[in-house]
Amino acid sequence: MSTDHHSLVAHQFDDAEQQQEAATLGMWAFLITEILFFGGLILAYTIFRNKYPGAFQAGSHELNVALGGANTAILIFSSFTMAMAVHYAQLGKQKLVFWFMVGTLAFGSAFLGVKVYEYNDKIVHHHVPGPNFEYHGEFANEVNPRNVELFFFLYFAMTGVHAVHMIVGAGVLIWLMFKVRAGAFSQAYYAPVEMFGLYWHFVDIVWIFLYPLLYLIGRHT
Amino acid sequence: METTSSSLPLADKPKPNYLTASYGIKSWLLTLDHKRIGILYIITLTTFFMMGGVYAALIRLELLTPAGDLLSSEAYNRTFTGHGVLMVFFVLVPLIPATMGNFLLPLMIGARDVAFPRLNLLSWYLLVIGGLTAASALLTGGVDTGWTFYAPLSSRYANGAVLVAIVGAFIAGFSSILTGLNFVITIHKMRAPGLTWFRLPLMVWAIYATSLIQVLATPVVAITLTLLALERLFGVGIFDPALGGDPILFEHMFWFYSHPVVYIMILPAFGVMSEVISCFSKKAIFGYRIIAYSSLAIAALGFIVWGHHMFVSGQSAYLGLVFSLLTMLIAVPTAIKIFGWLATMWGGSVELATPMLYAMGFIGLFTIGGLTGLFLAAMGLDVHVHDTYFIVAHFHYVMVGSAIMGYMSALHFWWPKMFGRMYPKTLAKVAAVLVFVGFNLTFFPQFVVGYLGMPRRYHFYPPEFQIYNVFSTAGAMVLGIAYLLPLLYFPYSLFKGEKVGANPWGAKGLEWETASPPPTENFEFTPVVTEEAYAYAKEGEPVVH
Ligand SMILES: [Cu+2]
Repeated sequence: MSTDHHSLVAHQFDDAEQQQEAATLGMWAFLITEILFFGGLILAYTIFRNKYPGAFQAGSHELNVALGGANTAILIFSSFTMAMAVHYAQLGKQKLVFWFMVGTLAFGSAFLGVKVYEYNDKIVHHHVPGPNFEYHGEFANEVNPRNVELFFFLYFAMTGVHAVHMIVGAGVLIWLMFKVRAGAFSQAYYAPVEMFGLYWHFVDIVWIFLYPLLYLIGRHT
Repeated sequence: METTSSSLPLADKPKPNYLTASYGIKSWLLTLDHKRIGILYIITLTTFFMMGGVYAALIRLELLTPAGDLLSSEAYNRTFTGHGVLMVFFVLVPLIPATMGNFLLPLMIGARDVAFPRLNLLSWYLLVIGGLTAASALLTGGVDTGWTFYAPLSSRYANGAVLVAIVGAFIAGFSSILTGLNFVITIHKMRAPGLTWFRLPLMVWAIYATSLIQVLATPVVAITLTLLALERLFGVGIFDPALGGDPILFEHMFWFYSHPVVYIMILPAFGVMSEVISCFSKKAIFGYRIIAYSSLAIAALGFIVWGHHMFVSGQSAYLGLVFSLLTMLIAVPTAIKIFGWLATMWGGSVELATPMLYAMGFIGLFTIGGLTGLFLAAMGLDVHVHDTYFIVAHFHYVMVGSAIMGYMSALHFWWPKMFGRMYPKTLAKVAAVLVFVGFNLTFFPQFVVGYLGMPRRYHFYPPEFQIYNVFSTAGAMVLGIAYLLPLLYFPYSLFKGEKVGANPWGAKGLEWETASPPPTENFEFTPVVTEEAYAYAKEGEPVVH
């Protein structure tokens, strides 16, 4: 057994390839746990939307489709820039990696900014579940405000858990940007960039599901 | 670490092992060595086990008499909840994987460590933080919901520190997820050359199946507890029917995790059985492949039977029928394992060492626990005994009688490997027999009294049930003493125990090929595996001409 391990290979691994495979499989396994985590929320959503379809439409009508749509576009752009960052990491072009990460961070922050604006709007209109919840929308005579509140409960739970993932992602991204600047990565070793890319795309995909589930109910009528 | 080019053992100058490689509290609290992390888990879980044991003692003392004289109803509710929460989330779930799994998995597959050592240490910290959080909830006000946290009791009516306890369980959940994830990747990617899947020890197969459950089921209970906490905080009814929610949804989501969690406890114990029984019968395991596959089958089937906890909840009777049948199906791979072990012992030269005594106790207790599980899978009988002591007896036979017996067997089997010293064998055998006797004396009468109709979770009961409860409490005392004995002789053996070599039991498996205790890097040279697991027969075989 050779003892001159490459310094970037942790002691428990034999070589860089084994390390890379372990990291990739680990990331995919982690994303599966994330799917199950969001899966619990989507299960609750499915059951209550089935139970109170009118109230869910009423709640959905209170959301701002344009802002939600804009955020969807923003996130897709951020996924594009992240994909480019991984691409240039493979080619070892660290400058471009850095600037595409800046772009990703900018789009991610824009998404969170829009989200803050939307949350604020809901607070102003008393759409936050709890003792101050009110619903006086266009379907006020047809639905039980309690059930609209349930919609907003799920809205905040689902988008809130998603936003937490965005914030954690942004934090990791900033850390990675420092590492890129410090010259930590090369064509031979860029696994953290690639793994983060997987995570970021996953968070993006979750939003692609949340957007129609929450914003677009009943728009076709 | 410096290595010599000579392969001769230097008898006069012992090489540092993982215990002597570095000293001081810091070298333990910041360790990335899977073996040390395993030891940290053992200490942590033993502490939680003793805390949970104090609650158990209070419960048994209260139930000695039919009147509710020792504890108030409120205090009793908090006592059994404290017992359940601590024992389930902080002892039984991490029990074998986090302790023995951590110590053994890299050794068994010939690796230097798990795939992600930092994540491994983080998992331990998460368990400690989660455990301290839950313990603080239990000490400051307590929780009176039962360990199941059923809504809307837990979200609206229960007072006490429910939120804090939920946060504790939530954090511990992530410890479990990360451990499972780490082990899955380790088994996939870190095996030594020549160690194919079907040469793996069955313990590794069991840990693999367990890890899959940890990874797939735990996130669901995490989100369930999150929703429950939010409901309690904001008074919005996702589970509370008065607010438009659905309490059955909570039960479905909770049991989707909490049935498979039984297999998180029991599958690793199955793995231990395969190792111990083959070693002390000096025979290759009977039906290696089918035992390996049955672990996976149990893990998979375990995900689709949760509804058997909800036969009286208002779930559709037809759905109940399906859950009932699926539950009975699990008996098949489980029985295959039991018969595999019995066939392994058959015709072997069985040595009744301490680990083997625990293993044989396991088979007895698990058979009772498993068969009564079949009774309960039948809807009609389940409705009759639902929420009685029959249930309490059944799951203690499975979760304590089996999981803890498996853990004790493992601890006695690999203790000399972990510390290079042997415990007092006779005393250990006495303790093993006492555990078996004490356990049956505690829990067998509960089957009877439960069948006769004594409900669980009440601190008073009709006087005609007293005799059974007196037996139970007496048994609990025997059991308590039997569990205390190892707490004395294990620490004693660390200093005074007889020193042993690399392989004191004459066992097969890579972990026995390295020194006891192993060096930090586990093996001096990466082992190359050239034979099947449990190749006992080859060595003991008489030469036939
Ligand atoms: Cu079950």
